[in-house]
Amino acid sequence: MKQQVPLVLCFLFGIVMILTEFSPHTASQATYKEIANWGRVISPFVFVLAVVTLIQTHWTRIQRRVEHWQYSLVVFFGMIVMVVAGLPYGPQHPAFKWLFNNVQVPMDATMFSLLAFFIASAAYRAFRARTFEATLLLLTAVIVMVGNIPVGDLLWPDAASNARQWILDNPNLSARRGIILGVSLGAISQSIRIILGIERSYLG
Amino acid sequence: MATLGIWIAAFLTICIYSFLYRDNPFYRFAEHLLVGMSVGYIIVLTIYFGFIPYAWTPIKNAVTGETSALGFLTLIPICMGLLFFARLSDRHAWLIRYPIAILMGISSGIMIPNALQTDIFAQIRGTLGPYSVIGTLSAFEIVGAILMVVGVVCTLTYFFFSVEHRGPIAGISKVGIAFLMIGFGSAFGNTVMGRVALLIQRVDFLINGWLGTIF
Repeated sequence: MKQQVPLVLCFLFGIVMILTEFSPHTASQATYKEIANWGRVISPFVFVLAVVTLIQTHWTRIQRRVEHWQYSLVVFFGMIVMVVAGLPYGPQHPAFKWLFNNVQVPMDATMFSLLAFFIASAAYRAFRARTFEATLLLLTAVIVMVGNIPVGDLLWPDAASNARQWILDNPNLSARRGIILGVSLGAISQSIRIILGIERSYLG
Repeated sequence: MATLGIWIAAFLTICIYSFLYRDNPFYRFAEHLLVGMSVGYIIVLTIYFGFIPYAWTPIKNAVTGETSALGFLTLIPICMGLLFFARLSDRHAWLIRYPIAILMGISSGIMIPNALQTDIFAQIRGTLGPYSVIGTLSAFEIVGAILMVVGVVCTLTYFFFSVEHRGPIAGISKVGIAFLMIGFGSAFGNTVMGRVALLIQRVDFLINGWLGTIF
């Protein structure tokens, strides 16, 4: 009951999705669309569970007065403000959009821009051209960066941006295609294992 | 309201950049505020663009008779979704296996044909496509087409662990590593440029958008 039924359900739904994908019949296509939509129905519930877990974690921090517990109140404050501004009238309400544009977007952008400093310092430490591969990595990164900025074309007219574009369209693309093919083959074999019940780690 | 927005955005931007000096209460405040607001934002979007159109509306329409009784089928994924809350009870936590198994089955079933079409066939077509029009290609483009096949084969060989990487396989795999390094280098270069562009935009906001309103 606890092990076999979930495996049977997984097998049935997996096979139905594969078969309906390849059948052009109207009923088959409608079944595929209906079941594929189920994921969209289920995801809000999964998200609620995630929010409940987050609330539990921060509530415990406040109750136990752990170090920096006050910041958990800030988490609740931010969450409540956004929900109160957006839930009654929807995400198109001016108050919700104002909060998004003036608080969330600037913080998001700043947080990601902060990474520029850390990437630079990490690159300084890691990019020592000690081996052939490291030199290749360093050279490619430099060419792509120089080809992206106006100074590159100012120093070497057209050459910098053309070299960057050639790298992106040829050796870079072939490496990416190799990775994509490898990952896809792995994903397909893993999916087959899941449908056939060979891979069961998701049952816990 | 616009000026208030600029001041709040500037204050929070400086709070986050203060981390460059060291961890401090201003940074921690902004960090936790960002977490809370992001969660709140996603809650609102999930309800308006997930729950209402895909769960609430079909059931409501089926009840009012606007659509056929097939709308009641939505009750199945709703029940599956509700089973996720079994995790909150130690005694009934095992029930979560049902929705997870169904979701795994659905996503695996969708994944197999989609991965075949979009990733495998499309990528192979893209790699070998230029050879179907090789007569029309310039010498430079032919070199590019050859390089593409060599790169893909060598990269795949590097990830092929079913044979020992010795002899010619080791050589091909080494060429694959070189292609991978070029791929990672360009990914790194593009990431750095993206982050630096964001940094420039934030500094521009602080100088022109914020300080520009004062002076």
